[in-house]
Amino acid sequence: MLVLALDTATPASTAALVEVTADGLSGIAERRTVDPRAHGEKLAPEIAAALAETGVRPSDLGAIVAGLGPGPFTGLRVGLATAASMAHALGIPTYGVCSLDALGRAAGPGRVLVATDARRREVYFATYLDGVRVGGPEVAKPAEVTGEFDRVAGEGGLKYGDLFGVPVEEHLLYPPGAALVALAAERIREAAPSEPLTPLYLRRPDAVEPTGRKTVLT
Amino acid sequence: MSDEPLVLGIETSCDETGVGIVRGHTLLADAIASSVEQHARFGGVVPEVASRAHLEAIVPTMQRALDDAGVTLADIDAIAVTSGPGLAGALLVGVAAAKGYALAAEKPLYGVNHLAAHVAVDTLEHGPLPEPAIAMLVSGGHSSLLLVDDLAHGVTPLGATIDDAAGEAFDKVARLLGLGFPGGPVIDRRAREGDPAAIAFPRGLSAPKDQAAHRFDFSFSGLKTAVARWVEARERDGEPVPVADVSASFQEAVCDVLTAKAIDACRTNGVQTLVIGGGVAANSRLRVLAEQRAEKHGIRVRVPRPALCTDNGAMVAALGSRLVAAGVAPSRLDLPADSAMSLTTVSVTE
Ligand SMILES: [Zn+2]
Repeated sequence: MLVLALDTATPASTAALVEVTADGLSGIAERRTVDPRAHGEKLAPEIAAALAETGVRPSDLGAIVAGLGPGPFTGLRVGLATAASMAHALGIPTYGVCSLDALGRAAGPGRVLVATDARRREVYFATYLDGVRVGGPEVAKPAEVTGEFDRVAGEGGLKYGDLFGVPVEEHLLYPPGAALVALAAERIREAAPSEPLTPLYLRRPDAVEPTGRKTVLT
Repeated sequence: MSDEPLVLGIETSCDETGVGIVRGHTLLADAIASSVEQHARFGGVVPEVASRAHLEAIVPTMQRALDDAGVTLADIDAIAVTSGPGLAGALLVGVAAAKGYALAAEKPLYGVNHLAAHVAVDTLEHGPLPEPAIAMLVSGGHSSLLLVDDLAHGVTPLGATIDDAAGEAFDKVARLLGLGFPGGPVIDRRAREGDPAAIAFPRGLSAPKDQAAHRFDFSFSGLKTAVARWVEARERDGEPVPVADVSASFQEAVCDVLTAKAIDACRTNGVQTLVIGGGVAANSRLRVLAEQRAEKHGIRVRVPRPALCTDNGAMVAALGSRLVAAGVAPSRLDLPADSAMSLTTVSVTE
């Protein structure tokens, strides 16, 4: 089955096509633009290009996998709105996965920290043992990140590498499309029910209730 | 009939998630989900709260619109979406969803101007718009006067608010009178029991000296402050606040300025048609006063029914329908959400 994977939880807008078979996965195309302010503009053209370069029609897709974050809200919602609307139009299921898990899985064996930029001098992070999440996801200042790890993946690792004091996986900065699909492969093979794509916000909206009115009489 | 374009419109520029479907000038569906109740305790729209609500509402609202119209996405000829102006994060949800639908269903996409859509929606109620026309758009987010020469290709801004939007003034005055949010409907209601001439509130930018630089501009900030001063002075003196009279006098000041400037714009430009749109167009006093003043000058006032005046998907679909009929080129898939989109851009083409 042909699966489209989308992720906009980091500065990358990622669109990947992955073939899921009974016993494996094979990546067919992966396109990515890295620009923290341009998900809204870049994601749809990347999807169109991935389809065009492989000769795949939207109606050939069997499922859509989307990274649920955590990530900066505005960009994150672009990926999820796109995934949900495409799946609705095509009448196919959507499956959500934690975007950090895609990096954790791709990082392979050992103890790994995945950290992505949460802005406001904070990171979204989770810790992994042999590709499986053992802590998080959470949002915190880099100096307050806890857990056992020997290396760090994700662009938060690059940005705050000195603070973590472990080697940085510089080839693993953004969630890979094949890893996103791998995390949902069992659900895809079992034709599990479609899932609502609820973002992992981890932070509440900044909003303050007004406290009485200010006087204008001076 | 069936050769007219079937167009779907998506609106998410503020706190309403709207999906409308039209065929030509005929409204087939106008599904809406509002997050207004989630904003009430904050006394105004909280952008992040609105954006979160749009993401949750967009697919169910789309399905409801398709069901109401009795069509499928495959039947649709084009998808239009508000790409600006509005709240950046809120717009982005609608634009991303519109792209997803357009991409998956392989349909042309039109990124359109929210304000032009407020003008276009009137065609669903009153048929094709005689052009040129003057449009006055008044809501919580905008207060503008436009000259509409050709809605498919461009409109000319004549004036706009230099501070608060008209609807914002209603919200702020309602809050200081303890009437809750949103303020428009409740002030309209309370004003009916009050005397519009009880208190002489100021008419912003209406003095002879304002004619040169701000003839068609609005200002409601001074009015809001004047109301606050008046109310606080009463409270300080231990007197009860006559809510109905304050509501009526405040509303009269807003409607007086709006209609005087709109009629002036019609006469100055030799235009016989005035279209009023936006949430404040639902105000009963504004409708009556506009009719009265227009009649004297042989000007016809067109105001869509209140449900079409507030933000909705039908208005976006109505503008999309006009663009398709006029042969305007669609937008590209890299269409940006433009929170400050200029009024001179009716739709985004490459
Ligand atoms: Zn509006």
